[in-house]
Amino acid sequence: MRKRSTQTFLPNKKTAYAFALLFLIAAIFIGTAVGTIHVPFRHIAAILAHHLFGTGLSMDASIDNIVWKIRFPRVVLAGLIGASLAIAGAAFQGLLRNPLADPYTLGVSSGASVGAVLVLFFHVSIPFLGGFTLPVVSVAAAILTIFCVLLFAQTIERSMKLETIILTGIIFSSFLGSFISLMIALTGEELRQIINWLLGSVSMRGWPYVQLMTPFFIGGALLLMYMAPELNAMSFGEEKAKYLGVNVQRKKMMVLIAGSVLTGAAVAVSGTIGFVGLVVPHFVRILIGPDHRHLLPLSMITGAGFLIMADLTARTIISPTELPIGVITSLVGAPIFALILLNKKRKGGVA
Amino acid sequence: MLQVNELSGGYGSGLIVRGVSFSVKQGELFGILGPNGSGKTTLLNMISGLTKPASGTIVVKEKPISTYALKELARVVAVLPQMTSSQFAYTVKETVSLGRYAHQTGFFKSWTDEDEAAVQEAMNQTGTSLFADKPLSALSGGERQRVFLAQALAQEPEILLLDEPTNHLDLSFQKDLLDLLKQMTSNGLTVISIFHDLNLASLYCDRLLLMKNGAVHAIGTAADIMKEQHIHDVYDTDVQKQPHPEVPKPQMSLLPARADVQPVEIGEELLEWHSDYISIRPPVPLKTLSSGVIGAGWGWRSAFVNRHVDKNYNLDNFEEEAANYFRERGFDLNETVGMMTAVKMDDVAYRRKVRDDVSVFVVTTAGVGNAVDVTRQRTSWKEKNKPGTINIWVFANGKLSEEAFVQGLMTATEAKAKALADAGVCDPETGTIATGTSTDSILIAATQRGAYQQFAGSITPLGIAIGLAVYESVTEALEKSSRRKAIR
Repeated sequence: MRKRSTQTFLPNKKTAYAFALLFLIAAIFIGTAVGTIHVPFRHIAAILAHHLFGTGLSMDASIDNIVWKIRFPRVVLAGLIGASLAIAGAAFQGLLRNPLADPYTLGVSSGASVGAVLVLFFHVSIPFLGGFTLPVVSVAAAILTIFCVLLFAQTIERSMKLETIILTGIIFSSFLGSFISLMIALTGEELRQIINWLLGSVSMRGWPYVQLMTPFFIGGALLLMYMAPELNAMSFGEEKAKYLGVNVQRKKMMVLIAGSVLTGAAVAVSGTIGFVGLVVPHFVRILIGPDHRHLLPLSMITGAGFLIMADLTARTIISPTELPIGVITSLVGAPIFALILLNKKRKGGVA
Repeated sequence: MLQVNELSGGYGSGLIVRGVSFSVKQGELFGILGPNGSGKTTLLNMISGLTKPASGTIVVKEKPISTYALKELARVVAVLPQMTSSQFAYTVKETVSLGRYAHQTGFFKSWTDEDEAAVQEAMNQTGTSLFADKPLSALSGGERQRVFLAQALAQEPEILLLDEPTNHLDLSFQKDLLDLLKQMTSNGLTVISIFHDLNLASLYCDRLLLMKNGAVHAIGTAADIMKEQHIHDVYDTDVQKQPHPEVPKPQMSLLPARADVQPVEIGEELLEWHSDYISIRPPVPLKTLSSGVIGAGWGWRSAFVNRHVDKNYNLDNFEEEAANYFRERGFDLNETVGMMTAVKMDDVAYRRKVRDDVSVFVVTTAGVGNAVDVTRQRTSWKEKNKPGTINIWVFANGKLSEEAFVQGLMTATEAKAKALADAGVCDPETGTIATGTSTDSILIAATQRGAYQQFAGSITPLGIAIGLAVYESVTEALEKSSRRKAIR
């Protein structure tokens, strides 16, 4: 047998973690530094140290503002979204035993989008929430969608076979998708706003969005990582997992809910950003193998770095105009994915 | 170890398994047999806890299976399904390590030395440690099945359930896997396995459960279960039972459906005469039981040769010489019964006899220089360079049972002894009437077409025909060869 050459590059997992973290830190710094005004790395370090650890700061307040109020929260939000989508994608691929699954397979994103588009279409503004109406409604719609999908799947079949869940997800996706199309067709001046939201963006969000996202992220990511051994077992099939002693029904439900909450929250704050959840886990799996105990955290770190870089590209490539970030992830993601598939075919193995 | 009481169940509304009861002791290798759709897999799925029974109980180690927690059950019962696959390239070690899932407790599920030792042992036992770091996708089907066996063994179970474990394996892997399982049962592991292959199950299992339409048809040892009637009742297929050549376990052979066969008659017109041998090449292979130099024992043969050799023929490697001789004359050794005699081919005698619905054709050569009375004790055996062998071929044009073959041998031998007695042939050493010679050979060959002959004893039509034909032909052959000696 031919040994997978990439594995010889990264002989142990520690090296993989070191590389991933290095990539993430580099992405954070580059993402914060680059823009119409260039901020050197050491200034960024000083500003971050000032805000995080209370060290002294001797710098122009406007630079501090640009870094701490505008660029850094944007980088953090992009990182959180990338991390959420990548870890959820990795978990769904393992659980559904389908390398083509992604966080949107179960229709969660459609649910979140319907919520968001409704808010834009009807100019809804809930008192006390104000500008937060959209993400809150969107998260709520996402969570509602998960429960509808799972409930519907359970009504079809009590044991909730994964095939049934996937089919149910597709039904809901198409159905909710048609609602979005309907609203787009009927809308007037909000068209551009809606399309922009659907294509995804992390601009002009700031710390409040980070705060909204963080609890979902921490809860979902921890739950998924705790579930890594069960995901390993379940990727050999539900029956096999049960023979190994896994409480398949319960664990499956927990993975689905954790992954969907992560996805729902990410979509709610940034719109539907494609390909991160599909490509990043594949890429990581090729490097370190399919063991979820490493696949999940590494996908999370790599996904964060990847989306920060994608956002950087989106806002600088034809500056001052900003492209939607979803365009960049798909532009980069689709060719990468094509390469991975080609490579896989050539090796005759399964990544 | 395991008791199943009045178990019924299935998927959806219909019951696939109905009222099955049995128990398995520790260290037993217990086989479940039955045709497709007889409920084997459903039964196994209920024992493994995958499917809930509709009624009845399963007791594992004195405790009902329904009271086990999933992890607790996985530490007692492991399952090897027919085929397990993953979309992802887990390494062998990672795959086997998953077997420890049920043993890992606590919040952090740390990997202990005990876990590592169990995984290593499982991989060593199954011979999978050689490719511990290879991805599963790089392994052959047989290797992969061994990896999943290792995974099941890493669970350190007391009961191992297998669903047709050898289904996708080639012959040597099948044997290796079952040898391994057999060996592990002697260390106390209880193995319950579904088999498709009756003969494998018979070879390896201590007891067998034969299922039909979701119910127990029979339970017992291989000897109890492997009966033609049982197999016919359950599988609705004709089989024939035979003993295994080395192991005291019965084996079943399938009987293919045959198109209507034309009867074949073996007779005088098939005899081919040559200067140093005679032969018969029937148009179809005959079922034979013989003691020839070539092709002894049971077989299906399509050529029969009786060869003249010099009376001084006495080689250590006579088998090799004989094989070359037959081969050079165009006989396929796999399909030939070959005999040798010092008698000239002119002295061959043959007879055809018909009784009722069966006919017999007998060909004989008889030299009696080595005549022996088997009933007298002799103190020494003098090597004599006299020609002395009686070769008898009995061709029966009928369908003979194995019993008839054996009785045919007896009847032919009795007739030969009588012919020697009537001809007054004596054992030169003891001076008494001889019963045969020291190197006699015999062949019973049947066309296995035409009327069924269950018996060939001395008062059955076949027996009478054999007796008469052998007696007359031996007598004639003796006359011919003694006349030749007298002339000389």
